[in-house]
Amino acid sequence: MNKTAINYYVDERGYFGDFGGAYIPEMLYPNVEELRQNYLSIINDPAFQQEFKELLKDYVGRETPLFHAKRLSDHYGATIYLKREDLNHTGAHKVNNTIGQILLAEKLGKKRIIAETGAGQHGVATATVCALRGLECVVYMGEIDIKRQAPNVARMKMLGATVVPATSGSKTLKDATNEAMRDWINNPVDTHYIIGSVVGPHPYPDMVARFQSVISAEIKQQLKEKTGSELPDYVMACVGGGSNAMGAFYHFLNDESVELIAAEAAGLGVDSGKSAATTILGQEGVLHGSRSILMQTEDGQVVEPHSISAGLDYPGIGPQHAHLFKTGRGKYVAVTDDEAMQAARLLTRLEGIIPAIESSHALAYLEKMKFKGDEKVVVCLSGRGDKDLQTYMDYFNL
Amino acid sequence: MNNRLIDLFKNKNRNLLSVYFTAGYPQLNDTLTIAKALEDAGADFLEIGFPYSDPVADGPTIQQSSHVALENGMSLKVLFQQLEKLRDQVSIPIILMGYVNPVLQYGVEKFCTDAARVGVDGVIVPDLPMYEYEELYRDAFEQNNLSNIFLITPQSSDERIRKIDELSQGFIYALSSSSTTGNKLAVDAEQTEKYFQRLKGLKLINPLMIGFGINNRESFQKACSVANGAIIGSAFVKTLNGSVNDAKIKEFITSIR
Repeated sequence: MNKTAINYYVDERGYFGDFGGAYIPEMLYPNVEELRQNYLSIINDPAFQQEFKELLKDYVGRETPLFHAKRLSDHYGATIYLKREDLNHTGAHKVNNTIGQILLAEKLGKKRIIAETGAGQHGVATATVCALRGLECVVYMGEIDIKRQAPNVARMKMLGATVVPATSGSKTLKDATNEAMRDWINNPVDTHYIIGSVVGPHPYPDMVARFQSVISAEIKQQLKEKTGSELPDYVMACVGGGSNAMGAFYHFLNDESVELIAAEAAGLGVDSGKSAATTILGQEGVLHGSRSILMQTEDGQVVEPHSISAGLDYPGIGPQHAHLFKTGRGKYVAVTDDEAMQAARLLTRLEGIIPAIESSHALAYLEKMKFKGDEKVVVCLSGRGDKDLQTYMDYFNL
Repeated sequence: MNNRLIDLFKNKNRNLLSVYFTAGYPQLNDTLTIAKALEDAGADFLEIGFPYSDPVADGPTIQQSSHVALENGMSLKVLFQQLEKLRDQVSIPIILMGYVNPVLQYGVEKFCTDAARVGVDGVIVPDLPMYEYEELYRDAFEQNNLSNIFLITPQSSDERIRKIDELSQGFIYALSSSSTTGNKLAVDAEQTEKYFQRLKGLKLINPLMIGFGINNRESFQKACSVANGAIIGSAFVKTLNGSVNDAKIKEFITSIR
């Protein structure tokens, strides 16, 4: 197949190749359709763009640095740059999307915001922008995640959000997403659902990718300033639903010389039965409103995933990722809990940066790369590790 | 080839009662027992739910029955095995209801041919959108003489309801309010009344059945006054809690009509 002929972006039907669409019950149709009809004209409006960019600069603190990690580079024999999304206000890339969506929700006249969250980063980012704009905020979070991400729960509450535990199924991100969708069904008029990843019915995967694409836009510009070329040899990122990865890949999709590597959470190991390595373990199907790849039984029941990182503990991936995987444009790899934890410690000791466990999955794959000469690598450091201190303390006996 | 559902609406168009229950709940092999008891108790047709792990349109009652059914070992494969004997025991129309992913994994064509073979008359897949149905699945449904039932809500536009009316065969499933299953009937009686009158005014080709929030005689009669009948789901599933017995099912249906 001639790769240059492939469209990696959304088509007019809301699909990325075979994946995407809007598999939603009729109750969600009016809201999703309203969004579909309006999102591009709202986002592309110059006044919207100006307000979005101003908030990203003055409130979030963008642009985030592209840091040449010299000791890590020496360790692996490559030139490694870290895209410091961890330095964003609220500590992760998630806020890029919530800023965009809250402005969009205002344009649509919505008064109430709901969100799902896994690690709590998206919940915090949503509660933050709701406080900023004075909108009511309800965040659904799996009961298990509430326990393992206590600091983020406290932050959301301090920000004025109501945190509702999801007690069904595996009590993690998938179930929190189910509960948020049920809330939206039951509140069809005044509520906007800020989905935190590149998942969900069309137009969410495309819309969230557009808001996160600021990551790769900045990488290109910064690399050009630092090296004279805007193209690295590799861009690496972790993938749960896949929003930081899609943001980091977005403007490189048609630059075929750039290899895109997405690290999925293998949990205790791909064959352990305790894993979230979706592209390896999954098949095509429908989850949370779009056709994609998901972990499921022969009967089409969704399999409970496992990862040490709450943000990657999801049985699917966004439809655009499924398309990049199927076309071979992206390389999807699996990283275990242990590998991610070791990579977190290595980065901390070599560069003085404590990463989120999610981001550590991308870092961990550096171990398996075979670099030739002085190759340039950009790793998206999607979040900081403050929220994971308890897990690090338990794991490393700190 | 006759379709029992379409024949039913030809012969009776008022006060129809349809009842939903989850296959494999409370026990794996209760499916046909419940269907038979409901027919004997006077239900006009039935919706048999095939369970899914992530039922986003359902409230706590059907989430729970789906969860228990899956734990009991229910799957589409098992359900079709159970339904091999369906038409020896039950003669009223039968609709299968469930989410799209299990159908995709089973295979849409195989699902339709198996459903037709065991004597199923219609299918409700709430998260199968109209566009995908038209483009990809309509042929398989129609070749097997299966009615595909669409949902509408008070937020559905007239234009969309008309489009759904064109694509529907059998009836249109009108939600009393935008809601997950098992909620109380919408409290804003005025809004509900307006919606029902709007539906009446559209003079749709297909019969209308009202569902979601129908849980007693009063709400059933209210629905029947503006539509051809009503559908009861969660309220019935609740009465199955624990065990199935014919008297309990009879008593429930008698309490409704």
